[in-house]
Amino acid sequence: MQKNWWKILSFLLLVYTIVGGFLLDVPRLFILNETIRNLYFHVCMWFGMMILFSTSFVYSIKYLRGFNLRNDIYAHQYAAVGSFFGILGYATGTIWANYTWVTDQSQSLGNILREPKLIGAAIALLIYGAYFVLRGSFTDMDKKARVSAVYNIFAFAMLFPSIWIIPRLVGSLHPGSPGSESGNPALNFKDIDSRLRMVFYPAIIGWTLLGVWITTLRIRLQLIKDKTLLHD
Amino acid sequence: MYKRIIALLKKDILLELRQKHTFYGILLYIAATIFVLYLSIDKPDANIWNGLFWVILLFVCVNAVAKSFLQENKGRMLYFYSITSPVEFIISKMIYNILLMTMMSLLTLMLFSAFLTNPLNNFLLFTGIVLLGGSSISIVFTLMSAIAAKAQQNAALIAILGFPVILPQLLLLIRLSKTAFAEIFKQGAVMQLMALIIGLDILVIAMSVILFPYLWKE
Repeated sequence: MQKNWWKILSFLLLVYTIVGGFLLDVPRLFILNETIRNLYFHVCMWFGMMILFSTSFVYSIKYLRGFNLRNDIYAHQYAAVGSFFGILGYATGTIWANYTWVTDQSQSLGNILREPKLIGAAIALLIYGAYFVLRGSFTDMDKKARVSAVYNIFAFAMLFPSIWIIPRLVGSLHPGSPGSESGNPALNFKDIDSRLRMVFYPAIIGWTLLGVWITTLRIRLQLIKDKTLLHD
Repeated sequence: MYKRIIALLKKDILLELRQKHTFYGILLYIAATIFVLYLSIDKPDANIWNGLFWVILLFVCVNAVAKSFLQENKGRMLYFYSITSPVEFIISKMIYNILLMTMMSLLTLMLFSAFLTNPLNNFLLFTGIVLLGGSSISIVFTLMSAIAAKAQQNAALIAILGFPVILPQLLLLIRLSKTAFAEIFKQGAVMQLMALIIGLDILVIAMSVILFPYLWKE
C-alpha cells in the first residue's frame, strides 16, 4: 500500500480526467468549440513523452557510469513507452488539427503534416525509431547496451532542436507559435481558461503516472526474462 | 595533443592518396547521380533545385564518411588504442571528414550548376552555406559511422541512424539557403539561422567528444 499509492492516485486522476473532461463546462471558442477537450489528452501525451524520455536519458547515463545491465533495461523500456506516448500525441494532434485548422475546402492530411510542429514531432519519433533499430542489430548484450546508451544520449540531445527550438522559429497554426506572443512552443500557459486548468493539471499528472506504471510493468517483465544475465 | 591529431590526420590523408579507388568512387557517384538528374529533369525551378541539391549532398556525405570507421579493422583499432586517446582520434576523424566533405560539396555544387542550370542569385553566399552545411553533415555522420561500426551491418545502419538526426540541421540549411535565391528574410533572421546551425554543430562536436570514449573500448 505504501508503495502503491501513486498507482491509485493515477487511477483516480484519470477517472476524474475522463469524467470531468467530458462533462465539465469548457469555454467555447470559434471553430474549436467542444474540441478543446482534446487538450486533456493531446497535450498530456507530450508531457508524458518528454518525462519518460528524460528518465530514459538519465538511465542511459547511469548505465555508462557503472555498466549495470539493469539500467540498460530501464532506459530501453522508458524510451519504448515514451515513443508510444509520442505516437499517441502525434495521432491525437493530427486528428484534432484535421478538423480545426481548416484553411480551405480542399485541405488534405498531407498539408497538415507539413506543419512545423508536426515535422518536429515526426523527427523526434524517427530518432527514437532508429534507437530501436540499433538495439535490434546487436547480438552481444553488453555491446548492445553500451552503444545504444551512447545513441540514446545523443538522440536526447538532438530532440531539443527538433521539438523545442526549430518550431519556435517558424510560423504555424499551432498555439504558442511566434505570432501568438508566447515563449512556449507547445501552448500558451497564460492563455488557458481557468475552467480548463481544473482538469488539465490533474490530467498531466495522471497520464504521466500511468506512463510510469506501464513502464514499471514492462521493466519487471524484462527483468524476469533476463534473470540469468543479471547477476546481482 | 595537437601533434598526435595532426599525425592521425596525415595518416588518413596518406591512406586516401594511396588507395585512390574510394576517392574516385565518390567522384563517380557524384557525377553519375547528377547526370541522372540532368537526364530526367531539365531546368528545375529554384525550390526543386535547392531540395535536390541538399538531398544529393546528404547521400554523398553518407558515402564519403561511412568508410571512415569501417576501414579501420580490429587490429588497427587496437593499435590506435595503445597510442592515442579517444578524444584525439575522434577529433582527427572529424577534421578529416570536414576536409573531405568540403571538397566533395564544392565539386557537387560545380557540377550541379553546370548541368542543372544555375538559379542562384548570390553564388558566393550559397557556396558559403554549402561549406557550412557540408561540414555540419559530416560531423554528425562521423559519430554515426563510429556507432554503426560497432554493429555488424554497418553501411545500411548509418543511413538509418543518421537521417532522422540530421533532419533538423538539413531543414535549417534548406531554409537558410533560400537567401541565396533572393528570398527576402526578416531582419536578423539569416544571422539567427546561421547561429543556430553553428550552435548545433558545437553541440554535436561536444556530444561526440564526450560519448566516443565509451564507444572506443571494445
